Amino acid sequence: MKITICIGSSCHVKGSRQVVEKLEKLIERHSLSDKVELTGTFCLGKCQQGVCVKIGDEFFSVSPDTVEEFFSKNVLSEK
Amino acid sequence: MRKFDTKVQYLKYKVLCEVAKHTWNDTLLENIWDIPKTISPGKVPTMRCCVYKERAILAQRVKMAMGGDKSKSNVIEVIDIACDECPAAGYEITDSCRGCLAHRCEDACKRGAITFDNNHVAHIDKTKCVECGACAKVCPFSAIANRKRPCQVACKVKAISINEDNAAAIDDDKCTSCGACVYQCPFGAITDKSFILDAIKLVKDSEGNSKYKVYALVAPSISSQFGYAKLGQVVRGLKELGFYTVIEAALGADMVAYSESKELSEKGFLTSSCCPAFVQYIKSSFPDLLPYVSHNLSPMATLAKYIKSKDEKAKVVFIGPCTAKKAEVQNEDVKPYVDAVLTFEELQALYDSKDIDITTLPEDVLENASYFGRIFARSGGLSDAVVQALKEQNIDFEVKPVVCDGIEECRTALLKKRKNVLNANFIEGMSCVGGCIGGAGCLTHGEKNKSEVDKYGNEALEKTITNAISVLK
Repeated sequence: MKITICIGSSCHVKGSRQVVEKLEKLIERHSLSDKVELTGTFCLGKCQQGVCVKIGDEFFSVSPDTVEEFFSKNVLSEK
Repeated sequence: MRKFDTKVQYLKYKVLCEVAKHTWNDTLLENIWDIPKTISPGKVPTMRCCVYKERAILAQRVKMAMGGDKSKSNVIEVIDIACDECPAAGYEITDSCRGCLAHRCEDACKRGAITFDNNHVAHIDKTKCVECGACAKVCPFSAIANRKRPCQVACKVKAISINEDNAAAIDDDKCTSCGACVYQCPFGAITDKSFILDAIKLVKDSEGNSKYKVYALVAPSISSQFGYAKLGQVVRGLKELGFYTVIEAALGADMVAYSESKELSEKGFLTSSCCPAFVQYIKSSFPDLLPYVSHNLSPMATLAKYIKSKDEKAKVVFIGPCTAKKAEVQNEDVKPYVDAVLTFEELQALYDSKDIDITTLPEDVLENASYFGRIFARSGGLSDAVVQALKEQNIDFEVKPVVCDGIEECRTALLKKRKNVLNANFIEGMSCVGGCIGGAGCLTHGEKNKSEVDKYGNEALEKTITNAISVLK
């Protein structure tokens, strides 16, 4: 599974670094580093909905506070 | 607020603006011959001896705006008909010499080149004079003038000579494309090739970023430019022009600081590789020191490479203060990553070619780099960042940087290194005085520019290099 996180200016301001860090920790905690790959991108064109995150082609709006919810709903259930 | 330092810049801008306007509208070919007359209309000359000469020179400026002489790789060219063939006699006694008794000039001259006539007025024997300027410094009447050409004074790497037609000529092997002569020539006779057509074509052919995305990488010195608007409006303006998104090249600087500091600790001695004019100077004048040049790509190329690793179809346009960057992208190791280079002068022309008044635009955000990446724009910033990066990586290595502010200081440090008498293990080489904020492609060169860069650095959301680059996966 490939998770793409927007690290463009607008998402950066909304906390993309914190989102990346939290995801890294969650992946480690669940020992998923060989199954889940994190990658960055500059702008997904939906700056209003940042932090913009994509799994495959599916778009998600995530904030540092909703990372865990996003992870259990969309990553843990799918793995 | 004034947008440019000089009227030469303004003239260049007007040409760029016309060329850009017609390029957007696909009307360049049929209007190309009319641009000189549009800029210099009527019968009364405003710049030269007659309007016809003005237009002949403007035609050459149009050519430079369209990329110049494609058979020459140097991005700096002399427009020979624009060269005013300035006096080039060197130091001369002027009629301000009062024939005083002190004769400080005579005492100051180590070569015995100064003599006096029956009226006690000084004369310089040109066969003995070595143009050191010592006499001029001590004359209490400032009666000794240096009639050296401004281009030759500006060119510290001594790449400019005078050809058989008495016009300036550039030795392309010595030239580092720093642009100092471009900025200093009072007649605008030396100028940098523009790649504004390439940039417009990239944006147009992307069909609204649907075929591929065009990324604008902006150098951190942008914080000292466009002082009449907010930085956020400058960013918004780039998107209005059709760029997909805008990214700080300073993030590339963070990446470079991180890996360059590691490289330094492993090798024990390094010279920086960020400034393309400095690297070119080592190549042409200190080839024996080339092994010491950092193997890192410049911040521009490093970040562009990253972008293209994430988005294969991406096109990258770098916008900065630098004419030497236009040369850097011709290097084989950089060419694949950067598709066009523009200066801030050219960006201003781009805005106006589309009638975009950035002061009326809402503000966008620009937030990718740390304080340390951003201060690369001024002399000393790179060294500060390397010190910080070592600290953040817990690498036990004591950096002794020598901060070379301008190519003359670079030369001194390199000469010392060659003789093994340099008391430093890291040479920060910046060709322009002040660092990138002194670049020839800047709209303005003011005393406040350094503090503007520091202010912009302090505003960065990320306070450490590690945090700034931690998002790069």
